[in-house]
Amino acid sequence: MDIFAQQVINGLVLGSVYALVALGYTMVYGILGLINFAHGEVVMIGAMVALAAVSMLMTAAPEMSPLLMIAVAAIVSIITCMVLAFSIERLAYRPLRNAPRLAPLITAIGISILLQNIAMIIWGRKYKTVPELFEFDTHIIFGANITDLQVIIIGVSTILMTLLLLVVNFTKLGRAMRATSESQKVAGLMGININKIISATFMIGAGLGAIAGILVAGNYSVAHYSMGFMLGLKAFTAAVLGGIGNLGGAVLGGLLLGLIESIGAGYIGQLTGGFLGSHYQDVFAFVVLIVVLVFRPTGIMGERVAERA
Amino acid sequence: MLLKRVITMALFGLMLVGCGQSEQSEDGARIVRIGHVGPLTGPISHLGKDNERGALLAIEEANQANVVIAGERIRFELISEDDEANPQKGTVVAQKLVDSEVVGVVGHLNSGTTIPASKIYYDSGIPQISPSATAIMYTHQDYETAYRVMANDEQQGKVLGDYAVDTLGAKGIAVIDDRSAYGKGLADEFQAAAEAAGATILTREFTDITKTDFTAILTKIKGLNPDVIFYGGMDSQAGPMMKQISNLGIKAIYLSGDGTQTKQFLVLAGDEGNGVYASSPGLPLDQMAGGPGFREKFKQTYHEDIQIYAPYAYDATNVMIDAMVRADSVDPEVYLPSLKSTDYQGVTGRIRFDERGDLQGGSISLYRASDGEWEYIETVGGGS
Repeated sequence: MDIFAQQVINGLVLGSVYALVALGYTMVYGILGLINFAHGEVVMIGAMVALAAVSMLMTAAPEMSPLLMIAVAAIVSIITCMVLAFSIERLAYRPLRNAPRLAPLITAIGISILLQNIAMIIWGRKYKTVPELFEFDTHIIFGANITDLQVIIIGVSTILMTLLLLVVNFTKLGRAMRATSESQKVAGLMGININKIISATFMIGAGLGAIAGILVAGNYSVAHYSMGFMLGLKAFTAAVLGGIGNLGGAVLGGLLLGLIESIGAGYIGQLTGGFLGSHYQDVFAFVVLIVVLVFRPTGIMGERVAERA
Repeated sequence: MLLKRVITMALFGLMLVGCGQSEQSEDGARIVRIGHVGPLTGPISHLGKDNERGALLAIEEANQANVVIAGERIRFELISEDDEANPQKGTVVAQKLVDSEVVGVVGHLNSGTTIPASKIYYDSGIPQISPSATAIMYTHQDYETAYRVMANDEQQGKVLGDYAVDTLGAKGIAVIDDRSAYGKGLADEFQAAAEAAGATILTREFTDITKTDFTAILTKIKGLNPDVIFYGGMDSQAGPMMKQISNLGIKAIYLSGDGTQTKQFLVLAGDEGNGVYASSPGLPLDQMAGGPGFREKFKQTYHEDIQIYAPYAYDATNVMIDAMVRADSVDPEVYLPSLKSTDYQGVTGRIRFDERGDLQGGSISLYRASDGEWEYIETVGGGS
């Protein structure tokens, strides 16, 4: 039974990261109807920039406390990703705002490939190791091992998601975002600066993504130029699973997908009598997505996209 | 209109001129191309680069020695291609090399790409020597153009399996592989040998070469309480896997093959890598006759230490050049029989091939990671 508890813990950790990244996808889709494929790469850049910052600080100021180093690295990384997302939106997506839906989609894929290759050129092709700045203790709850870092991942993700939901539902900016996502034209007529709101959306998503990247790099102790691709794909899947355009749905979808992957990989062998092995872990997750969409096409919590009246 | 036609004809003419079979370099030597393929991008690009450097070193030395074949001075050129450790890309670059009229290929690195590519080289009669592909299939296809300069996985799996049961005393073993031709093949051989020696295989799990998260399968393995966890795959997965094993509190000995017995594994796994056992074909570099000298040369040229297979790539290239010299021809059809009858003293030892293209008298060495270094334990086999 404690193996099940361990799988649940693993799933929650994985799921928290998926949820953070899924929020970026879902916000952009809700407002623009665009699947921002480049988002996974922004997460990767967040991780790589933070790693570079930490390495620089470790050589330039070795007496600095690790906590301060991480804080500085996180701030640098978040700012870089926000600027990056702002630039991508401004240069690549805004000119295509009135183009047929396919154009910005292909542009997004192109930006994704571009960012991957830029990262490969800047940081090389090797897997980079993440220095262990802190000693993490392992705790045992319900018979499962959980490290301090994993607790931090779940904690930070929960806090950030809550903050975002508060901002979107209780602030002026949030109201503007919801209005824009319901109908761009009418929101514009009501005096909302659409361009600013869209930029803000991209930047918030990128900020969350940067933190997700740092958490992932810390958890697996490796970072490399292609780590964003699969993560982005799975996070997008999670967003669709929960209901695209729906913030609560992204969180639910992320956690659910993480749990399904963990538990699925652990028990898939027994479930299929040894026919399918644990290397079908990804297949399992995507099959669940297909099944959910067949019976509930708008996702678990229902989609929330702009009305095209 | 006439001008356009004249220009087209002129360009066409230039193209024909440039299509000569044998090219001359500025000093009148004949240019002969040898191909090299390895993963130059991706998770194991450090190993691909390592091989490329070994081969390049051999080419540079041969060029300095002013080799003469069939009365002509030869200048060798290395055409290095990237197969990204992807079997499909491997066949594409193999065809590209064949079309570039290389006289031989040193490569590929991964068994998963070497095996499909070997068919392409065989169909064109281009000899291929792999410095690192250990899967048995490679030489069991009856291709007379396929060779390798180290022991294969049949031996490696058996040595590892026997060691796990007889020396490490394992009764219950969990096996993981990365579903590549190499990982799967090695894990299969290990499993067969371990079972024959009397251990029970508790479970067989799978992952793939792109993953870094193994917590799901490791959690399942934790519940089975194995004495030994065997991983058939590369260091870029083994490193993070070892960290996760440690985080989950699994108390089993980690055993793996040559894909893990690299410097990069020790870097990726950090402190958690200590206490890991791994095997590698051949003797440790420092025990090989030409080993320390080669390492010095390599460090001086590239300012970095060897990963693992560079000396094999170096020997493979030299064996190829040696066969050409003995046959007094760079034509693959003519020098292939000389390649078969090679008896060459390389950096890695004495190189002779058996009828299948495998190395005669190959050996497997075992190592243990301690204090951030690979400590040599023993060698099984060999004696050539």
